[in-house]
Parts: sequence; structure tokens; C-alpha cells
Amino acid sequence: MTRKQKRLSVIGVGAAFLIAATALTFYALGQKASYFFMPADLQTVTLQPGQRIRLGGLVEKGSIIRGQGTQVSFSVTDHEKSVKVTYTGILPDLFREDQGVITEGSFGADGVFVADSVLAKHDENYMPKEVADGLKAKGVWQEN
Amino acid sequence: MVEIGHFALVLAFALSLVQSVVPLFGARTGNERLMAVGGPVAVTGFALTALSFMALATSYLQSDFSVANVWENSHSLQPMLYKFTGTWGNHEGSMLLWVLILTFFGALVAAFGANLPATLRANVLAVQGWIGAAFFLFILTTSNPFTRLIPAPIEGRDLNPILQDIGLAIHPPLLYLGYVGFSVCFSFAVAALIDGKIDAAWARWVRPWTLAAWVFLTGGIAMGSYWAYYELGWGGFWFWDPVENASFMPWLAGTALLHSAIVMEKRSALKIWTLLLAILTFSLSLLGTFLVRSGVLTSVHAFATDPSRGIFILCILTLFIGGALALFALRAGSLTAGGIFQPISREGSLVLNNLFLTTAAATVLIGTLYPLLLEAMTGDKISVGAPFFNLTFGALMVPVLLLVPFGPLLAWKRGDIFAAAQRLMVAFGGALLAVLVTVLFIDKTAVFTALGIGMAVWLVLGALTDLALKSGIGNVPLKTAISRFVGLPGSVFGTAIAHFGLGLTLLGIVSAVSFESERILTMRPGDTTEVGGRVVRFDGLHPFQGPNFTEDRGRFVLVGPDGKDKLEVISSKRFFPARRMPTTEAGIKTLGFSQLYVSLGDEQADGTVVVRMWWKPLVTLIWFGGLVMMVGGTVSLTDRRLRVGAPARRAARPADKTRPVTS
Repeated sequence: MTRKQKRLSVIGVGAAFLIAATALTFYALGQKASYFFMPADLQTVTLQPGQRIRLGGLVEKGSIIRGQGTQVSFSVTDHEKSVKVTYTGILPDLFREDQGVITEGSFGADGVFVADSVLAKHDENYMPKEVADGLKAKGVWQEN
Repeated sequence: MVEIGHFALVLAFALSLVQSVVPLFGARTGNERLMAVGGPVAVTGFALTALSFMALATSYLQSDFSVANVWENSHSLQPMLYKFTGTWGNHEGSMLLWVLILTFFGALVAAFGANLPATLRANVLAVQGWIGAAFFLFILTTSNPFTRLIPAPIEGRDLNPILQDIGLAIHPPLLYLGYVGFSVCFSFAVAALIDGKIDAAWARWVRPWTLAAWVFLTGGIAMGSYWAYYELGWGGFWFWDPVENASFMPWLAGTALLHSAIVMEKRSALKIWTLLLAILTFSLSLLGTFLVRSGVLTSVHAFATDPSRGIFILCILTLFIGGALALFALRAGSLTAGGIFQPISREGSLVLNNLFLTTAAATVLIGTLYPLLLEAMTGDKISVGAPFFNLTFGALMVPVLLLVPFGPLLAWKRGDIFAAAQRLMVAFGGALLAVLVTVLFIDKTAVFTALGIGMAVWLVLGALTDLALKSGIGNVPLKTAISRFVGLPGSVFGTAIAHFGLGLTLLGIVSAVSFESERILTMRPGDTTEVGGRVVRFDGLHPFQGPNFTEDRGRFVLVGPDGKDKLEVISSKRFFPARRMPTTEAGIKTLGFSQLYVSLGDEQADGTVVVRMWWKPLVTLIWFGGLVMMVGGTVSLTDRRLRVGAPARRAARPADKTRPVTS
């Protein structure tokens, strides 16, 4: 092979590789990214059974039910709709009523959202950005 | 004192402006006296920044709440260590640490750059000056840590409890030494573009700086991962969180740079590519600083959100990345390209390494930025997490990890893949054995786990094979082999040690992910449970008073097979009254390389406590492997070839003709 052919073949292999990697990346983005919804948003979308989403909102006052062993259930609300969520495990330190929360998981057959992670917050002022934006859009945001 | 600090910072900014312009002008006009200004100015700038930093640290140590920054992030009852580390446990202070380290590296270039060509040295210092000027301006205009608060409050608001940990003393300084260390590579690259030539000195200089920054960044990431692991109480070691990715992208690019710099140094090929990588690596560091410091992401790292800061850093980012890339586009064509080479050769394998690592960095970049871009454009909020990264990043890592042991065994110019494969038979056999043992004796269904473990063993044995072959063990008398082994150059040891460490980390990850056992249950004092084949008893909660917190300590006891108490594990929940904030302090006991991890939940109305327990086999290897990689990088730094001006090895050791080709 001449120098030029060699260089071309190197570039060709590199380009093919990059195309494959890009294709893989966008396939994965389509398959594996999880969308964020507030409870009221769920009326307008259809979810695949078992599709993973992130559900955010406020922890509804008086909805936290413990004492079923390690399982906890509570409702996530945006003051328009609320969704019942169950979670097994230890809730984050700053999980409180009327506080912003993001849960990740999927809907069970009974319409209850089964969360496998509840987003932990790192300080007392922090409201998840998605939740704050969502509440502002619905006009129920309260500056504290 | 605080005013002195502020004043020193303003002076340092002024000096950085001098450093930005004067040496560069000197280099353009060939004026040696102007070029020589760069060195002393860089050193003085570092001294002033250090003074400024010390002023802030002093007001933290003295709990001077008349300084707004101290009031917001400190408390008089905090232990001394956290008072000190609180200096950078906030946005303003951490930016001050950032510029402190930047000027430190500038001063290092000035101090050790005596034998660099004068114009290159002047240009490098000027580029460092630009970066410095931009960030000094950023601090002075948007993030001044020295603002006074009058009248002074009696008590501070306390440091974020999550940050009250020894981790804050180690993780940010190490990470910044890595992040900012790449600024030197960036400055060298831009200086070469300004000069319009890449000479031998350039090639020899870039690698040690890359290595040093890489060692620190590796340590910073490993430490950050371990900190998150034990502090957050979720038992995970990596979450593919955007702030983690922000540090991981420069690491991937820096690792690629490390390898391409070898080719440039040895074969003076890949020059332009290495230059581009140097620019990209620091660009990713800047991007990381932007993502973490601007408040576009909410996390423990984003201390305060202020839109003006985000826009300012975005401007710095655009200016430096855009400027450097534009300069590259303009000038790269006029640089002399290196030679082309056989695909199967040492340099060929390093090119492949670069191809995979940069693509991996690109996938991480896409996964990190895509949600931000999508939201900005369509308003859709998505999160891209572990499932995405495991698929894309994982797919890219498998081939590159398989190829790692081959690289060092291939000769430069023209390698023999079959000979290399033959020499790796032992390592391959070991890996195969590991796969079989895992499938047959541990878990018949865990095929992927077995392959992962086989790959880790392959890396570990491959690194050992490299050392064994190069010292001739088995081929020459043992005595000769030992003396050869001792005489191997630092870079050969460094490579083998770092690749060995990579294998350990992989082993830790695969083992911790696949073989961990988890138990979530409610326990009453006296209850026992079993996790990962170990019996643990809960002895109840006991109150405890800390300096600035109250604590409920849960006492757990690991019961031995003989029924006797073996180890005590304390897992607790703390409450910090100043911030009215609870934290979870996981109880962790290390047994060999494995850990028992106990996290405490809420006390229930009936007196039981929710407990989450993990048995994590070989989990500490994840970070221990990182430590080994750091050792590898450091050993490689001691290689005398890297010392500029050191006599060539061949000249120093004329009697070395019998040695096999080692490098």
C-alpha cells in the first residue's frame, strides 16, 4: 500500500468505528433514558408497561404510611393530581411531608408506582430543579 | 486580615494580566528581557494567591463571622479540621483553591522550566496567565469570599454536615490538582500553536505534566467515589451522576493523552493529535468546572445558584475552548505531521487505545449534556443514568480492556501479534481458569460476571507477564533476571503497575456488583439476621453527643461461626441543630478486601428500626486499584528519561546490549 492508501484506510476504519459508536449511543439514549413527569403530566402520556420513569412532586401531607415493615408508601402530588408510590428501603434523611421529591421506578399493574430509588437531597434548601420548575409552571410554587 | 487577602487577590489578578501580555509580546519581538518577566511574575502571583488563601483560611480557623463566607459555612463548635477544610467547602473558597492550584502550576513551570526554549517558556506562562486572569476576574466580580458582614453575627450557620468529613480534606484538593494540572498541557499546546512548531522539548515536557495531573485526578476521583460510598449511606460507589461524569471525562481524555504522548515522545508521530488531545482534556476540565460550579446541576457540589456565575464561566469556557480550537484549526496544518506506521505495532495499539478512550469520553459527554440540551430545546426532562452508560461505555471498554496486555508486548514500528499472543498464553490460561471456577463453583448462571472476572485476571496477569518477559524470567538465569528486573526503567514498571491496578479495580467492581448481598429489614434490639453468610446482631440505639451534633448510635455485632461476638459495627444517624439537618453515618467494617456495610433508617412507632445491610465482597479493590494506578503513574514519573536535560539512557549504560528491547 502506498502512504496515501494507508492513511485513507486508517481514516476509513476510524470513521466506521465512530459511526458505530454514535449509532450505539443514540440507540441507548432512546432505550435507556428515563423521562421525568409530574403526576398531572401522566394523563397526557401513554407509558409502556414497566417503562422506567422519574416521578417528581411534593410528598403529600398525611400520606406517609410506615409500619408495614420496611415498605413505605406515600403520595406524590403537584396539587393537581397525586400518585401513590411504594418504596422498600431507607428513605433519604431529608424526606419530609410537603417537601420536593423525585422517585424513580415504574408503574405496577395496580396503578401504584413502585419506586426503586428515592432521590436523596443534600441540604435543607434544596428542591429538585425539575420539581421546582414543574410547580412554577403550574403556578403553585411557593417561595419559602 | 481579610482585607489583606482581598488586596492580595486583586494584586494577583493584576500580575496575571502582566503575565498574559508581557512574555507573549517578548516572544513575538524576540525581546529576551520581556520574555524573562514571565517567571518571576508567575512565582509572585502564586505567592500572592497563597497569601489570599491563607487569609481566608485564617478567618475560618478563627471563626471570624464578620466574614459572610465564614458565617455561611462554619460554626464555632466545629472541630479544627472541619473549620480549615470549610475554607473550600463552599463556592467562593473552592474557586480560590482552584486559582491557588493554577498559580501553583504556573510557578512550577517557571521554576522547572529553566532549560525550556525561551520562547516556549514565555508563551506557556502567558497562556497560564490568561487562564489565571479569567478566573481571578470571575472570583473578584461574582464570587468574592472576602465580603464583610456588619454587624458580625454571634454564631455561624455551620458547614453542610455532609461535608464535615475527612473526605473534604482530600477529595477536592486532589481533584483540583488533577483538573487544573491539565492546564499546563493546555498551555503547552497553545504555546506550540502560537510558536507554530512542536520541537523535541515540547514532546518531552508534556508527558510528565500529563502524568502528574493524571495521578492526582485518579486519586481525586477514587477518593470522591469512596467518600460518596460511605457518606451517603446508599452503598453505591458510582452513580453516573453528571458531577461524577464531569471529573471522569477529563480522566478518560487525560488517559488517552498519557498514551499518545508516549508515541509522540518515542516516535515523534501523532504530534498534532496529541496537541489536540491536550486542548480537549483541559477543555473537559473547564466543562467540568462549569457543570459543577454554575448551578446548572443540583448536587452536593453546587453550593449556591447564581445565574451570573454560570454565564461568566460559560463565557470563559467558550473563550478558551473556542479560541484554542480556532487556533488549532488555523495553525495545525502548518505543523509537520509525524510519520505513518504499521497498524500492528506498539504505536498502533496506542492509537487503538486513543480511539476507544476518546470515543468513551465522547459517549459520557453526550450522556451528560444531552439531558441539558434536550431540556433547553424541547422542555422535556429526561435523566440519563446507569442503564445508558453501562450499555455504551461498557461496550467500548470491553475491547480496549482485552487489548491492554497486548500493547506493552508489541515492538515499536512493527510488532508480531502472534508472538505477543503466545507470550500471553499463561495470562490467558489464568483468565480462562477464573471464568471456569466462577461458573462451576460460585454461580452457574453468572456468565457475564464470570467473563468480567476473567477479564480482570487477564489484566492482572498480563501486567505481570509484561514484567516477567522484560526481565527475562524463565529464559535467563535467575540472577540475571533479577538484576534485569531491578534495572527495568521506571516507565515499564509504571505501565505494568497501572495496568495491574486497572485489573484490581475491575475485579472489585465486578465482584461488588455481582456478588453483593443486600438485606432490608426491621430489627428490634437483640434480633439477629444473616447477610452474605454472616450473622449480625442488633444491640439497640444509644444516644451520643458530638461537638456540633447529636447522634443515635446503632450498635451491631458481627457474630462469628462459633457464636461469639467478633466485631462491633456502629451505624448512626446524626442531627446537626445549626442547619436542622440529619445525616446517616453508615457503619462499615473491612474484612480482608470485603466490607460489611450497615445503614440505619428511621425508628418506627413500635420500637423497631429499619436497617439496610450489605455484604460487599472485594469492594475495597475498586479504590485500592485506583491507588495502585496512582503508584504506577508516580513510578513512571521517576523514569529518568522524563527529566528534561538528563543524559540519554543509552549513553549512560553502554554495557546494556544484551538486554531485550524494553521500551
